[in-house]
Amino acid sequence: MSRNLILGGALTALFLGAALLSFLWTPGEVTAMNIPARLQPPGGDHLLGTDHFGRDILSMLMVGARTSIAVALVAVGIGLTLGVPLGLAAAAARGGLLDELISRTSDLIFAFPSLVIAILITAVFGPGAINAILAIGIFNIPVFARLSRGAALSLWTRDFILAARVAGKSTPRISAEHILPNIANLLIVQSTIQFSLGILAEAGLSYVGLGAQPPVPSWGRMLADAQTLVSLAPHVAVIPGLTIVFMVLGLNVLGDGLRDALDPRLKVLRT
Amino acid sequence: MLAYLSRRLISLVLSLAVASAVIFLVVEVAPGDPASYMLGINAQPETLAALREELGLDLPKWQRYLAWTTGMLTGDFGTSYTYRAPVAEIIGERLWISLPLALFALALSILLAFPAGLIAAATRGRAPDLGVMAFSQLGVAIPNFWFAMLLVLGFAITWRIFPSGGFPGWEDPLQALRALTLPAVALALPQAAILARVLRSSLIDALGEDYIRTARAKGLTRTQTLWRHGVRNALIPVLTIIGLQFSFLIAGGIIIEQVFYLPGLGRLIFQAISQRDLIVVGSTVMLLVFAVILVNFLTDLAYALADPRLRHR
Repeated sequence: MSRNLILGGALTALFLGAALLSFLWTPGEVTAMNIPARLQPPGGDHLLGTDHFGRDILSMLMVGARTSIAVALVAVGIGLTLGVPLGLAAAAARGGLLDELISRTSDLIFAFPSLVIAILITAVFGPGAINAILAIGIFNIPVFARLSRGAALSLWTRDFILAARVAGKSTPRISAEHILPNIANLLIVQSTIQFSLGILAEAGLSYVGLGAQPPVPSWGRMLADAQTLVSLAPHVAVIPGLTIVFMVLGLNVLGDGLRDALDPRLKVLRT
Repeated sequence: MLAYLSRRLISLVLSLAVASAVIFLVVEVAPGDPASYMLGINAQPETLAALREELGLDLPKWQRYLAWTTGMLTGDFGTSYTYRAPVAEIIGERLWISLPLALFALALSILLAFPAGLIAAATRGRAPDLGVMAFSQLGVAIPNFWFAMLLVLGFAITWRIFPSGGFPGWEDPLQALRALTLPAVALALPQAAILARVLRSSLIDALGEDYIRTARAKGLTRTQTLWRHGVRNALIPVLTIIGLQFSFLIAGGIIIEQVFYLPGLGRLIFQAISQRDLIVVGSTVMLLVFAVILVNFLTDLAYALADPRLRHR
């Protein structure tokens, strides 16, 4: 096991664990206001201090992790379940009309400034976690479609695929039974990257008020609330920000570690 | 080259057509009637109908789509419901903040990434390289709006070197640049991190080529080889990334404008959304998408000019 794998895995597990734990227990009440105890610095009764309503920041971060992870994870799921079959179908029909259609459409979606469109979607259809998931998920589809098409294309020229063909297997069966397992490593590594991008995108959307709505805590909105208080109580801005950084860093390092462990030659898409 | 150019032009026009249709549809299904927003809840039905007719809201959807797109081709972006002014004029004013901001950030990111990428590739595996890679790993993990808040805390509140927000206008260019400095730095950091990484790996790839060995055998020093043969050949993938980053700078700019209260295109979009000024929303988003698609097209073109092999794909 490489250092990346251990470090990234540990950080990711820590955040996942904290999010899961928050269903059972948090150190403080997330919705209860306690104005006399507001803006307390870290270290006292509250490990990471309190916000402007006197809420325990650690508890809010734990519950907020739930939102961030759920949004990013489902968005990756959308990308995988729709993008991979599309990419595999395009590769199977290489050069054909279907391939053209799928490839050009994903080129087009790539050309859109994703955050602009995400903002448009959430703003028009109303802010909320579901629309944030859709807005982020839509842009994961062409990433996985393009990635699996490219990887599948080179596999289709290999002898073992020819053998499967001679054995009488249909194109969809070959895609599912022979191509998919061979690109699984690549998909796993790319998924961790898209997961981390999703966390950042969710934070951005909820920062501008288009993510999960109050009273559900979210990391981005904690930062938005902290903006006017930053000179008064820097910890309310610094701590949630560091939380996002460590979560994203953990996922990226985990992605690098997984790539090295599974196959160092994997070419992932990084933008 | 001509065949390549015409093929790329067709796909450019198609992309714009599809993009405009999607934006039109999204804005169209948005709940809320602009006419009733403008007149308030006590409006008479006749006044409402008259205003809807004046704004062209009573026409069938496809006619309004055609009117909108053909209008944009001639520079007519429609009339804003709330500002009662041509949308092109409003966008023009705001562009004078958003565009310089994006360019400023792009310049900063290139200035930061080039030396970093070069040093990393030249010292591969040693301390400076590891430092650059760590910076790059951190840079992509930091949300730029949070970085912006830290910059404000440090350079505007604690040290008072730069303003914490707002925009004084271009009458005093020095003050204007000061107001754009922190936003540009915040925008540039993650982009510089990505760019440095791409430049490093692209340089390392180039340095492994045979012509590098030839150049060294010919008697050039390591530095000469790096500059004359390595950097040149490593530039192509770097140019693509710079083209792509323009799109991220525009999108990132929207959020950064919120942090610094800059009255640019991003704030315009948010204000227009909350006021249901849908024509402003649609036209501004379309303009941003157009800019991104155009930049990508030009990048592809520059690519084909630099490398003839790509024209035949």
